[in-house]
Amino acid sequence: MKLESTLDSVDVAEEIVKRFALEVGFLEDEVHQIGMAVRESVVNAVVHGNCYSSQKKVTLAVEAEDDQLIITVQDQGLGFDLSEVPDPLAQENLLRKSGRGLFLIRAFMDELRVHRLGNQGTQVIMIKNSSPTTSKEDRK
Amino acid sequence: MSIKASTRQVDGVAIVDLTGRITLGEGSSTLRETVKDLLGKGQRKILLNLGDVSYIDSSGIGELVSSFTSVSNQGGQLKLLNLQKKVHDLLQITKLYTVFEVHTDEAAALKSFK
Repeated sequence: MKLESTLDSVDVAEEIVKRFALEVGFLEDEVHQIGMAVRESVVNAVVHGNCYSSQKKVTLAVEAEDDQLIITVQDQGLGFDLSEVPDPLAQENLLRKSGRGLFLIRAFMDELRVHRLGNQGTQVIMIKNSSPTTSKEDRK
Repeated sequence: MSIKASTRQVDGVAIVDLTGRITLGEGSSTLRETVKDLLGKGQRKILLNLGDVSYIDSSGIGELVSSFTSVSNQGGQLKLLNLQKKVHDLLQITKLYTVFEVHTDEAAALKSFK
């Protein structure tokens, strides 16, 4: 789905993905973590990627496959280099006001991939594995 | 979902009772303006009661850090009270639990201000 580059879209994206995650059997704590990761990712897309531009959209996709939740967030910005993002846990960065979004995504999700797509923007793929207690067999 | 902030004065300490979510936008700006307003009035002892704050995102964390720094830079103290588990966990994983002085009892928190 396509979302406007507004902060309202952040709430919308978070709610849609949380609802989906609950439906496919993730536990409440996992759903909270997934929601936070989506929030941080869409905030990055709206604020840093698309710079709130009404001409640019955020694309959100979510699917469940083989006990994994796969979320894709794509903006139309210039992108960033994951390796150049400062470590927010470093002593010199602890009191910085910003720079914790990607760290939280990594903390809450099992996998994070960032693809720079040239003039098509940046694609962030986040994967959450379902815990053993939420496997498909247990959900039946 | 928005945030509400109300301030009460107890023993020279401004206790800010926050309710809701501290996220990018209204939540973080409400916190910023509340602390700025208190500092503007000369208040240097601030206790943020987060007992009814169910959710904080990275922007909210940033605003807490920024408030802490602003108050400290003016010779004051900003402390936290009554963290919910999810907020507590967030401060743990971001290593900020060691930065903030966190209390679970209001009377004890008030006593800790010098």
